[in-house]
Amino acid sequence: MTQTWIILGASSSMGRAFARKAATMGAHVVLAARDKDDLARTASDCTARGAASATPVVFDARDPKSFTAIYKAAKKNEGLINAAVFVGSMAPQDDVDADPNIGDFTIQDNFTGPANFLHGLAPIMEERKGGTVLGIGSVAGDRGRIGNYTYGSAKAGFHTYLSGLRNRLNRAGGHVVTVKPGFVDTAMTWGIEGMFLVASPDQIADDLWTAHEKKKNTLYTPWFWRYIMAIIKSIPEPIFKKLSV
Amino acid sequence: MSWKTDTLSGWGRVLSGTAQIARPEKPSSIAHVMGDTPAPAIGAQRSYGDAAINTDGKAVDMNRLDRFISFDAQTGVLEAEAGVSITQMLETFAPQGWMPAVMPGTGFATIGGCIANDVHGKNHHGVGTFGQHVLSIELIGADGKTKIVSPKKNKALFEATLGGLGQTGIIVSAKLQLTECSSRLIQVDERRANNLSEFMQMLKDSTATYCVGWIDGTANGQSLGRGILEEAELTKSNMAPKLRKSRKVPFNAPSFALSPPTVRAFNRMYFNRVPATGRGVLRSLEDFFFPLDKIHDWNKLYGKRGFHQFQCVLPDDTAERTLREMLRLIADAGLASPLAVLKRTGPGRAGPLSFTMEGFTLALDFPNSKKSVALVEKLNDMTADAGGRIYFAKDSLATAAQAKHMYPELAAWQKTVKTADPKGRFKTDLVRRLKLRDSK
Repeated sequence: MTQTWIILGASSSMGRAFARKAATMGAHVVLAARDKDDLARTASDCTARGAASATPVVFDARDPKSFTAIYKAAKKNEGLINAAVFVGSMAPQDDVDADPNIGDFTIQDNFTGPANFLHGLAPIMEERKGGTVLGIGSVAGDRGRIGNYTYGSAKAGFHTYLSGLRNRLNRAGGHVVTVKPGFVDTAMTWGIEGMFLVASPDQIADDLWTAHEKKKNTLYTPWFWRYIMAIIKSIPEPIFKKLSV
Repeated sequence: MSWKTDTLSGWGRVLSGTAQIARPEKPSSIAHVMGDTPAPAIGAQRSYGDAAINTDGKAVDMNRLDRFISFDAQTGVLEAEAGVSITQMLETFAPQGWMPAVMPGTGFATIGGCIANDVHGKNHHGVGTFGQHVLSIELIGADGKTKIVSPKKNKALFEATLGGLGQTGIIVSAKLQLTECSSRLIQVDERRANNLSEFMQMLKDSTATYCVGWIDGTANGQSLGRGILEEAELTKSNMAPKLRKSRKVPFNAPSFALSPPTVRAFNRMYFNRVPATGRGVLRSLEDFFFPLDKIHDWNKLYGKRGFHQFQCVLPDDTAERTLREMLRLIADAGLASPLAVLKRTGPGRAGPLSFTMEGFTLALDFPNSKKSVALVEKLNDMTADAGGRIYFAKDSLATAAQAKHMYPELAAWQKTVKTADPKGRFKTDLVRRLKLRDSK
């Protein structure tokens, strides 16, 4: 039966690329993001590419009231419901240092917002006995570093939530993939100095689809980030605290 | 909008320049860019020379605006953002029975780029240029305002945009008329042409929908202008084609890779591969229309010095004589690469700066060197003398005087463009080099 994919953060370049992937596979897509007009255009793109249906829904990670409409739109379709969560924001650490309240937004956008959304979705997935959650974390969540540790800690919190959710949904036939992308060529990284081995959103989308099909638990994408992060994690703290990697 | 400093380079890798580049992901952010600094748009950067370079200036990268806006499966009318590539259109709509009416030799080219260069394909003799299948264009001008231009609304601006090298503003999206596509497989008949006059006659006599010739740029004497004629028709088969895997050229090739003896040997083999009696083969649309797209970065085969592509179109009355002289010169110089094309062109063209005219078009690549620069300059002169034209999308060596001589409608185009962009914000290196916006 045709499955449904909820795409949270469908206006981001990774979200768009994945929406396209799901559309070409013939899925129903529910596209959630803040910019309504732009979402409508992504929806027509998905329809042209073969989506069974494409529904744009306005969504704000900081506004729990916006979640209900998404659950509703997804439940209209029969069959399994899947979700790919691309929401997030990366305020520069300097901004957070200047105004600690900004840290709250970072945590809400990257952790508590999407986690609460998924918590509302979990019973629906359990009822339908299956489905995949692709939770986009970050390699930045693997270890706190001076450059972006507020963002990193929010992602680390999200990773832990995803691992708990995996444990829970597994009992109902569902699955959760914790995704840790390295540098991706998006608007967020455009023009930032020091980027290397940058992957395209389409590459990431293909990797995500494979991880969904193969039911991977943790996906580093592109794959070599697993080894880069293994090295970074293995540096002893007495040394690490003096580094600026 | 954040700007990234990066190098813009032509596909031929001879010309390049540093520019600040913005890459909007929503149409609404283009208006912000225009409010900041109006700048020319760039697409897939598949033009060979400096059409998509703005040295020490700014540019707007349109590749992330690549969504389909609407598609009518009954009429084949597609509206899409400018960054959509030809391959994306073919892959998405061929299974639904539709394809772009005109496809250039690379599927990586974007809609915006195809419009701005008014590109043509292997069916030019039958259906004309890309621009002739554009129904309307959404254009953002230097003032940041969005206009819809079409044959009915703002006709002069619409036509100045077709082949207009991005000088009228940023093409945000366009409505295109697609053509019916019965199959994803194409029947290709290949026949040998033993010399130039035979080749030209075969091209003239061909009634095939798609028709293109590979020409041996190293053959001389009796065999001067020999090549392989490819005539193709879509089939009725519904089977999905077997696609070849793409490959990458990982590094710049050494110079001997395309040295004269290698090229001569390769060309002889390539010619003899088709039996003297001809043969028919079945190919996927992608393999037939974009033969080089499977080899990513094939431009690196020419090494780090890059290459020049010469492409001219010659009117019927001077074509045979001029082509003979050109090919003799090319064969004597021994500089040509195996990539060489001879094609028949029809009268179709969409805008005042469109390249095509009724006659024949010849395209050849030359590895960059002092000798090949002199050769291409000579070929450009011969084109001008023969009443022909040089293709801006390929050119890196023509002169301002030649451009003016070859494009008689330039003055009229300049007038329209001046109203659309009075301050010359959309100028590119090509436009400055050929003084295309200097009226005098």
